[in-house]
Amino acid sequence: MDMIFSALEILMRWDVALALLAGSVGGVLIGAIPGVGPAVAIAILLPATFSMDPIVGLTVLLGIYGSSMYGGAIPAILINTPGTAVNALTTYDGYPMTARGEPRRALSLAYSASFFGGVFSVICLILFAPVLAKVAPMFGSREIFLAALLGLILVVVAHRGQALMAGALACFGIFLNSIGMEPVKYTQRYTFEQDFLGGGVNLIVVVLGLFALSQAFVLLLDEDEKVHLTKLRGGMFQGLRELARHPRVTAVSASFGVLMGMVPGVGEFTAQFMSYTYAQKSSKRPQDFGNGSSEGLIAAETANNAVPAAAMVPLLALGIPGEALTAMMLSVFYVHNVVPGPALFQNDMDFVVALYLALLILNVLVLIFLLFATRHLIQVVRIPNRFLGVCILTLSFVGVYSLRNSATDCIMAAGFGILGFILKRLSLPAVPIILGMVLGGIMEVKLRAGMARVKEPWDMINRPIAFIIFTIIILVLASHFLRVWKERKELKEAEWQTKTASTSFGRLLSRRKNSFLKDRGKEVRARHSKLLRRLKDLF
Amino acid sequence: MTTERESRFVGPRRGQLIFALVFLTLSVLLLALIGEQTTWVKKTKLFAQPRFWPAISLGGMVLLGGLHLYRLPWRRVSRYDLKEARHWGQSLEYGLWFMAYVFLVPLVGYLPVTLVFVPLLARRMGYRSRLMLWVSLGFALSVVVLFKGLLSVKIPGALLYEYLPGTLRSFFILYL
Repeated sequence: MDMIFSALEILMRWDVALALLAGSVGGVLIGAIPGVGPAVAIAILLPATFSMDPIVGLTVLLGIYGSSMYGGAIPAILINTPGTAVNALTTYDGYPMTARGEPRRALSLAYSASFFGGVFSVICLILFAPVLAKVAPMFGSREIFLAALLGLILVVVAHRGQALMAGALACFGIFLNSIGMEPVKYTQRYTFEQDFLGGGVNLIVVVLGLFALSQAFVLLLDEDEKVHLTKLRGGMFQGLRELARHPRVTAVSASFGVLMGMVPGVGEFTAQFMSYTYAQKSSKRPQDFGNGSSEGLIAAETANNAVPAAAMVPLLALGIPGEALTAMMLSVFYVHNVVPGPALFQNDMDFVVALYLALLILNVLVLIFLLFATRHLIQVVRIPNRFLGVCILTLSFVGVYSLRNSATDCIMAAGFGILGFILKRLSLPAVPIILGMVLGGIMEVKLRAGMARVKEPWDMINRPIAFIIFTIIILVLASHFLRVWKERKELKEAEWQTKTASTSFGRLLSRRKNSFLKDRGKEVRARHSKLLRRLKDLF
Repeated sequence: MTTERESRFVGPRRGQLIFALVFLTLSVLLLALIGEQTTWVKKTKLFAQPRFWPAISLGGMVLLGGLHLYRLPWRRVSRYDLKEARHWGQSLEYGLWFMAYVFLVPLVGYLPVTLVFVPLLARRMGYRSRLMLWVSLGFALSVVVLFKGLLSVKIPGALLYEYLPGTLRSFFILYL
């Protein structure tokens, strides 16, 4: 209880209150505009928060992260376009409800489900914090190295069908992090004798390029879409009552959100997928899913809003970000010399709880704002795409240039912007690059420190937590390879069903060789050579 | 006709082969430079070598990038790939707009350049109405006031501001 009071004391400041308000309202607005999203907004605002207190800066960023998904549900339900990527599943049941004349019901249900997800996860984590505070100090260099490695592997294998390229891009991120002066032996790595590379490649420059500038390029080269908005009728509070009628789906979805949020590299999509599948399988009316089912909408919205608070756990407890947004927030900690990790949990527990309480207050603020302001808020979806591109390009300048007033940074950001644009066109993920950069740096430092005390390779995993993480890594890799093998088998079967000949050239040759060696094959060859001889004799 | 392998591929076909080829080529080139661009320090463990992480990362890029290329269901660059590459090139134009903005701000000043840049780019994008002009100007002004005036982000005063009279000069350098 004392801890909660001291956490509240941290929050009782006018600048924190302002940050909460700006973060919540700004996050909803950003989420409601399709094509912007929290990653772009956080990337742009990141350098501006460096001059603020850590709690103020993090509250703004956390506010945007936590409330953007509320806003993202608005265009997903009203115009069938998700405001943020994680609201894609909301369109499945949200838009059909709008199409049959129930947009208010869908919106209020989405807000209520999101609110429950957000509050549930924060309460879980506040209750869970003392346990974390006990577990976190058990993580030494080796454990943190293995946890970072696990996070990176999970990010890679989460990209189904693209794991090879996701892995290559994660390695590219690790390579980017290694550029510059190496801090222990003071040698240059891939600087090509250029001064601007001596200090390394700045994470914010890469983030701004890959997320903000690339999105600006996508929008600028896109066509404007005509938006038809449906008029809102009915009360906005009916969703709260309706949510109470589905306690099981709501609680299970929120739990999935909390659990998946805590695992680095997994996040909203897996949580949503699992809760939606569960809701559909356990529903009395599974045929309604995808056609405007209230349970489907609840499952999708509850799960994704339970993730942001949970995603802060690996960041705060171990200093390991599990996704791009928390990776960006890590830089705010570093700028203020606050090192997230076990020590933060031991020494500044009130700071951690203050962050969670800020998220709790934020959820309340967002719900109140949305219940009363949705009618006016929906107009933001009318902003034309290409004009949004102009706005993002202008704002990206603030983000990159204010960092070090360096034109070289801007050139690099533009280069990464073009790379991000290409990746978006090819539907390839940019997140592994960011996580590779952040986790690569952590892995380098922790492996060096950990290996200093290791005499045999086995010593690396001779502590219980290290052994558990190592076992999880092996299990994750084994299950991934098993899945790849099964997919390959299915592909082969499907190919055999459509083709008569072997699809493998080696096997084709081997089959011909076998055919030649058999008696029947020899007979056929003899007949063919006889015919060929006769043909030659003719000429 | 689309083959089974092509239909199961995640993402569009156009441009994939070119990207995979360029990625692998650059990775191989960088890996080939590892002896020249990194140092091997004597009497130091393998894991503490400055060359260790570049080798791991570039090795991973070459291996995984190569496997990705090998697993691609296409072996020839089609005209759609080339069309896509041209589309990538179109983003360069906006990269140049951005760089022009970057180079002009320290010379002319954040406020004047933004007030010209936003409406001009909006015009280039096809928004020629009077309403959009005013919206662009309003947006440009609010960005400068919010970030430089209120949030005090680090954007230095321009060379042109030096020619302004006394108090106006310091006001412009500090807030605009």
